[in-house]
Amino acid sequence: MSLLRVESLQTSLAGAAGVVRAVDDVTFEVAAGETFALLGESGCGKSMTALSLMRLLPDAGSIVGGRVLLGGRDLLALSESEMREVRGSELAMIFQEPATSLNPVLSVGEQIVEVLERHASINGTAARRRALELVAAVGIPDPERRLDEYPFQLSGGMKQRVMIAMALAGDPALLIADEPTTALDVTIQAQVLELLGQIQRSRGMGMLLITHDLGIVSQLAQRVGVMYAGELVEIADRAAFFASPKHPYSNKLFAALPRPERRGAMLETIPGSVPPLSAMFAGCRFAERCPSAWARCRDEGPAWHTAGESHAVRCHLFDPTAPDEEGSSRITAASPLQVTDKETPPPQADTSLLEVSDLKVHFPIRQGVFKRVVGQVKAVDGVSLRLTLGRTLALVGESGCGKTTVGKAILQLLQPSGGNVRFAGEELTSLSPARLRALRADMQIVFQDPYGSLDPRMRVGDIIEEGMAALGTASGLAVRDRQIDEMMARVGLSSEMRGRYPHEFSGGQRQRIAIARALAVAPRLLVCDEPTSALDVSVQAQILNLLKELQATLGLAYLFITHNIGVVEYLAHEVAVMYLGRIVERGGVREILNDPKHPYTEALLSAVPRLDADSGRPVIVLKGDMPSPARPPAGCHFHPRCPRAMPQCSVGYPAETQLGGGRSVCCYLYEQIRS
Amino acid sequence: MPIILWTDALVFLLVACAIGAGFYVNRREYLLASWRRVGESRAGMASLTVLAAFIAVGLLDSLHYRPRLDDVPGRTTANGYGSEVRSALDALLQPLRSGTEKTYSAPLATHLYAKETVELPDGSQTRVFPRLQHGGAHLENPEQDWGKDVAARTVQGLALAVLAALTFSAIVVQAAALRWGLGWQATWRRIWRGETQFAWNAVLAALAVLMLLAGPVISLAGGYHVFGTDKVGQDVLYLTLKSIRTGLVIGTITTLSMLPFAVALGIVAGYRGGWIDDLIQYLYTTLNSIPSVLLIAASVLMVQVAIDTHPDWFATAAQRADARLLALCLILGVTSWTGLCRLLRAETLKLRELEYVQAAQAFGASASRIMGRHILPNVMHIVLIAVVMDFSGLVLAEAVLSYIGIGVDPSTISFGTMINTARLELAREPVVWWSLIAAFAFMFVLVLAANLFSDAVRDAFDPRVAGRRVAAVAQEKAA
Repeated sequence: MSLLRVESLQTSLAGAAGVVRAVDDVTFEVAAGETFALLGESGCGKSMTALSLMRLLPDAGSIVGGRVLLGGRDLLALSESEMREVRGSELAMIFQEPATSLNPVLSVGEQIVEVLERHASINGTAARRRALELVAAVGIPDPERRLDEYPFQLSGGMKQRVMIAMALAGDPALLIADEPTTALDVTIQAQVLELLGQIQRSRGMGMLLITHDLGIVSQLAQRVGVMYAGELVEIADRAAFFASPKHPYSNKLFAALPRPERRGAMLETIPGSVPPLSAMFAGCRFAERCPSAWARCRDEGPAWHTAGESHAVRCHLFDPTAPDEEGSSRITAASPLQVTDKETPPPQADTSLLEVSDLKVHFPIRQGVFKRVVGQVKAVDGVSLRLTLGRTLALVGESGCGKTTVGKAILQLLQPSGGNVRFAGEELTSLSPARLRALRADMQIVFQDPYGSLDPRMRVGDIIEEGMAALGTASGLAVRDRQIDEMMARVGLSSEMRGRYPHEFSGGQRQRIAIARALAVAPRLLVCDEPTSALDVSVQAQILNLLKELQATLGLAYLFITHNIGVVEYLAHEVAVMYLGRIVERGGVREILNDPKHPYTEALLSAVPRLDADSGRPVIVLKGDMPSPARPPAGCHFHPRCPRAMPQCSVGYPAETQLGGGRSVCCYLYEQIRS
Repeated sequence: MPIILWTDALVFLLVACAIGAGFYVNRREYLLASWRRVGESRAGMASLTVLAAFIAVGLLDSLHYRPRLDDVPGRTTANGYGSEVRSALDALLQPLRSGTEKTYSAPLATHLYAKETVELPDGSQTRVFPRLQHGGAHLENPEQDWGKDVAARTVQGLALAVLAALTFSAIVVQAAALRWGLGWQATWRRIWRGETQFAWNAVLAALAVLMLLAGPVISLAGGYHVFGTDKVGQDVLYLTLKSIRTGLVIGTITTLSMLPFAVALGIVAGYRGGWIDDLIQYLYTTLNSIPSVLLIAASVLMVQVAIDTHPDWFATAAQRADARLLALCLILGVTSWTGLCRLLRAETLKLRELEYVQAAQAFGASASRIMGRHILPNVMHIVLIAVVMDFSGLVLAEAVLSYIGIGVDPSTISFGTMINTARLELAREPVVWWSLIAAFAFMFVLVLAANLFSDAVRDAFDPRVAGRRVAAVAQEKAA
């Protein structure tokens, strides 16, 4: 018998536009000791499903119908006080954002003991002993000391471990993990995922994993449910799902993932957007965006059909009673790719557009009444880069390594503390403000958050016009008007949208507007600061396609700042890997990704969850967290976490070793080889 | 001869600004949406109706002129105009203004409140409560007719009020019916049940209540002193109506004079940082740590000395009193910008780090352009909320300052001066309570309406509160 059985759960939210059916007729089961993953893009109702199970919906939400059976008991029929008993002891939940899930004014120990007192009925020293065990069990080093620390003293990964310890305190039968690693860095994510898998196996606990990341699903889940627009559309065993996803939406999700074998080709995109859930649906919810939809899909909602062993799909394509000529011919496998690997030839050495040498950005730490400088945060500490027209350099690293600071210092949005930035032959760091302003048209930036990067009080037309007006690139209102229309057409927006405000657009459309704003002044260098990390996979594919196309037609140079290795593989020509303010390895994208030399690059690449989880590729799980750039470790910055550290690593920082073919690495391992 | 006092000019400048802002908002969808939310709030619209009545009185009282004196031969001044400055409100309330008694009389009284020695026709003297010269003067036999007359006038006033309220509602319903293309009854039902976007039912209800209160008062004021008279026999109703302008002027012009400091300094401090920020912070921290009453008292006394030593600066007493009122507004403004400035600095610190500001920097946009185009529009909701919330506080502040004698000129009629004189009246035996009660009631209604309205504005403009409210309303509708 299954541990958790959800039967046609329906949850609706009261919104300004009417009732939104966030979860509509969702049915699934989770067995004890099994991990069931709910997969879907933002707004598909997966978090609402989890909150409905916990009965922790926001005020505007209510469960309209269905049953949630946990060990045979219907949770929806319980009173609120009975439900409180269930939460924490039978059902526990881990949230996405560890930074806000812990109370900042209580020590970690107090928060864990609170759960123990409530659900395990143990107090005093016994409770503390149990809390110690739990903290040790989730792999926190030095648990005795950590127990008395406050959340602000812990890193993000530590906080998520504490959250897991709290969730385990009531010894739950089912753990709901709502995007447990989305806020964490790749190497920390690897740690937490390993921990979750290990705990789940050792305790025989059921786990409901909610995620948008196919890689995580592949690594952790045994069964997968794909959600779209409030509905489950496909349920399958992991192996079956990854071998051949059946639903057209699942297919599209796979096809939209940037992967190295798709270089040179356009990524699959899903046209249109998720329909508003306040609408009434007559047919299949995906029909409007589905490449294989036919008349029946628009008139009749599909029922569940089996598609192989333990594989169910809600799609008319798999209806065995359907006439053959309609169904079978339309089944599309993961769309065939025409891999036209026509890489732009490496340009001549003298066309270098941007040359950064030994760039340093230090932020002073001030203390005391007179704000004396007591130290420096070396956010960027000696970074050298080179970028030519028409090429993409990916700057890869985890959060806090200084990659965004590099981008801003190159554009002189931050004053570098040292080093040179030469752009098209001009030294930017010593340029007068007036000359610098003239050069600003040549270099632009696209930011990460499409919600924060557009002024909410300005119309789209004014936003795009802003750069032209500030830099005076296009004189005359008529000329400018025409250029705005051109820019909007170029990024795939219609010019009627000019009069609208940013809040009327979706995330992907906003990012297009941001790109149009940057392009309006005809730059040659575009710094892209994680432009797709806030977007869903299908939208990310649209933006990557757009960037690729713009590079091909306009010959732009991109400095692409990212932590997403998949995007790097797809888009970049060269890669530079940063760790704690310095570049540890650089070279061509194939060489680095296929044959990483630096132990950090190796660990970073292996930590990225892959779709082929069973390929036997070992995951190198790094110990600990990235140190603070205010107090970097002596010697090589990476040596405290490095699995291959040697005695000399803690003495001095290794020099750059050239490996030929434009490749270089900063590591003693290779210095030895060469000498 | 029309006279434009300094405060009049500023009041009409404000009106012009408000009309201009109306046009500005009308073209901007995001602002219009917020104002529509204000329009949906019943409490907000009812209080706005009350406020509008106060503002109408205040505006009427801001149209000043000097009457021509040609009807009094021999007493004309050089240019043929009297030295007394009057307003349109004075002209409307002429009977109240000129109908002064000798001294105190109770509300609706026919006799004075104090005994006087009168000489009887036979030469003997006696102490009686003499008849009032104006209040109830039309009554032959006040002891018998008073009750009947008051009742008759009240009923007459109520009847007129009901008629006026119905007429007005009918006009609104007719206009709405034409606009929506609905029948009379359907329109009426929609408005009455609150199914309209704009809270018409609240406006109509508030207007009806206002009219039902005003009708009897107007009707009775024709023959009596409805709120009695003060020590020198002035009609208290007239005094309270005149006080409204003073309160409104203090509440609005102070804000007007404070805004440039608060907005400019707050945004500059937040955006520029560094020593500019230090300097501005130092300035407002210092200003904040001086007891404000002390600072205001010192400034007001200095201004007063300057005015007193230069009588030649002003042609009339009204202009002199007005100069002092304006000075008080400016002084209150200069001492009260710190709170808003601090709020704006903090908000700017947050906005400065947002990516659209950095994008503008990447375009090489100048600092003033960024502050004007990106930061100012995004902090305006805070400014608006602060302005409407400060208004009621300033009206109360005037009362307190006038009470301790550093407020408006003693010749300016204000709630504060009325309360100040009431101090002695309350100590008197038998007690004179009506002027304090009248001032209190009017000020209370004004401040309450302003507070309720500012709550509605804050709910509509504060993004956090607005979000919560939308969710609550949606839930209500769903249920």
